[in-house]
Amino acid sequence: MLDHPRARSPEPKVIAGAKSDWELVIGLEVHAQVASNAKLFSGASTLFGSEPNSNVAFVDAAMPGMLPVINEYCVAQAVRTGLGLKAQINLVSAFDRKNYFYPDLPQGYQISQLYQPIVGEGEIIVEMGPGVARHVRIERIHLEQDAGKSIHDMDPTMSFVDLNRTGVALMEIVSRPDIRGPEEAAAYVAKLRQILRYLGTCDGNMQNGNLRCDVNVSVCKPGAYEKYQETQDFSHLGTRCEIKNMNSMRFIQQAIDYEARRQIAIVEDGGKIIQETRLYDPDKGETRSMRSKEEAHDYRYFPCPDLLPLEIEQAWVDAIAGAMPELPDEKKLRFINDFGLSDYDAGVLTAEAENAAYFEKVAEGTDGKLAANWVINELFGRLKKEGHDIGESPVSPEQLGAIVRLIKAGDISGKIAKDLFEIVYTEGGDPAEIVTARGMKQVTDTTAIEAMVDEIIAQNPAQVEKAKENPKLAGWFTGQVLKASGGKANPAAVTELVTRKLGL
Amino acid sequence: MSIDIDTARKVAHLARIAVPEAELPALAGELSGILSFMEQLNEVDVTGIEPMTSVTPMRLKRREDVVTDGGYQARILSNAPDAREGFFAVPKVVE
Repeated sequence: MLDHPRARSPEPKVIAGAKSDWELVIGLEVHAQVASNAKLFSGASTLFGSEPNSNVAFVDAAMPGMLPVINEYCVAQAVRTGLGLKAQINLVSAFDRKNYFYPDLPQGYQISQLYQPIVGEGEIIVEMGPGVARHVRIERIHLEQDAGKSIHDMDPTMSFVDLNRTGVALMEIVSRPDIRGPEEAAAYVAKLRQILRYLGTCDGNMQNGNLRCDVNVSVCKPGAYEKYQETQDFSHLGTRCEIKNMNSMRFIQQAIDYEARRQIAIVEDGGKIIQETRLYDPDKGETRSMRSKEEAHDYRYFPCPDLLPLEIEQAWVDAIAGAMPELPDEKKLRFINDFGLSDYDAGVLTAEAENAAYFEKVAEGTDGKLAANWVINELFGRLKKEGHDIGESPVSPEQLGAIVRLIKAGDISGKIAKDLFEIVYTEGGDPAEIVTARGMKQVTDTTAIEAMVDEIIAQNPAQVEKAKENPKLAGWFTGQVLKASGGKANPAAVTELVTRKLGL
Repeated sequence: MSIDIDTARKVAHLARIAVPEAELPALAGELSGILSFMEQLNEVDVTGIEPMTSVTPMRLKRREDVVTDGGYQARILSNAPDAREGFFAVPKVVE
């Protein structure tokens, strides 16, 4: 673990009801699709966007007599995720059947891990600002099968079922009810997504449904949550409702806010919250009950008789632990300490592992802060404007590093550097060669600059008189000289000469 | 514990097994019989004993993360009562 002072907890979100203030209590179940080639229990492909029902083995289609055989890599991915969340790894875990009927679940049950999950308690630190962070406890992570996909809008009377996703490995990552507001919930999902992407255990693509979550929301009076934290007794908290299947950060926040207000209105009206499953309708901006799910909630779990308990060895876990990548929190702290970056810049650069790797190459052997400015402001700004990500950058880290080194060495001014960046971005080429070939080198030769300063002073006697009365106007001369030099004169040298020549 | 007719009806429905109303009392009786046998087994003290999952000591078989299966849409759909455009077609289910 990192040795840095524990951040202050953020204030919980408070909603003013008609009668009193209310606080929110939120827990999340995140379903993260395991990044793997083949499914959890079959040799069929996990590739997204394939022909319907082409990535389906007879095991996935639940043909009689088929038996599941576990994909060891998926197990390793779950262990890696557990280690990344500083969680306990269970050397013995077991699979259970969760029974329900739905057309996209041909087995009639989902193989999951109810009683003995592979990963136990861990923690995610969710930063909500400089020095402010929520420590969210992870209760467990278990491995399970994904279901297929039903499409309801291709025919007026029929639903179409595609089993390509059936049996793909999912990690269900369950938090404790430690999240206290809609923004925190979104920040938690973002942080978890970032860690999973660093680990390479889930691609985090929310649009394709590779990361989606169920949100549990309840409300309580101020003070009640602290009693729960002291005793871990849920009776201090309100009755919760579960909002199913959210795959957008924005909708997660909207749904929580709506749901909390709905519950407050019921309780203040003397009513009772019924524990139930709800769906968020983004068009109407409201949650509604999924009554049809209620009976199906009798899942009649029992140990899966097709699968022996999953026993893994400590040495195998240790080997995975020994090959872990640097995680976001560690990387960010290192960027702050080693490169002297601000908390904000370090956060931007470590948001994605690819960005951080790019930056480190740019900063190699030169000024880290200057490199950070160029990566964030010039490169990211430009890429964002054109809708590219870092992998599509026409400027390689070596090229940008060369530009930064030219600035640092005083060979080019900051202004010329922007022109140079533009040339490298659009035309490519070696920055140092471009500077030489196109005469972009900064003029640091004081005699040359002196001549230009003398000329400008001689041409503008009226301005000279004004500047002598008001020294602030000396800047006008500096500007004129820089302009005359085509931006190549060293601004510091020009300022110094102008001040001296004007006798200020 | 004994199973009453309502519980038998519910269990049958959850398992999607059609049981005529007239057969429910007999079914409830059979289920109750099974449960009372279980209760008898529960009298044995198994404190500290790991549940036995296999007669011979065996390790759960693993597969490598390699695509070795699939790619036969027509065979997957061949038993479907209705299939269209590569999909199983089922009576509409909308939440």
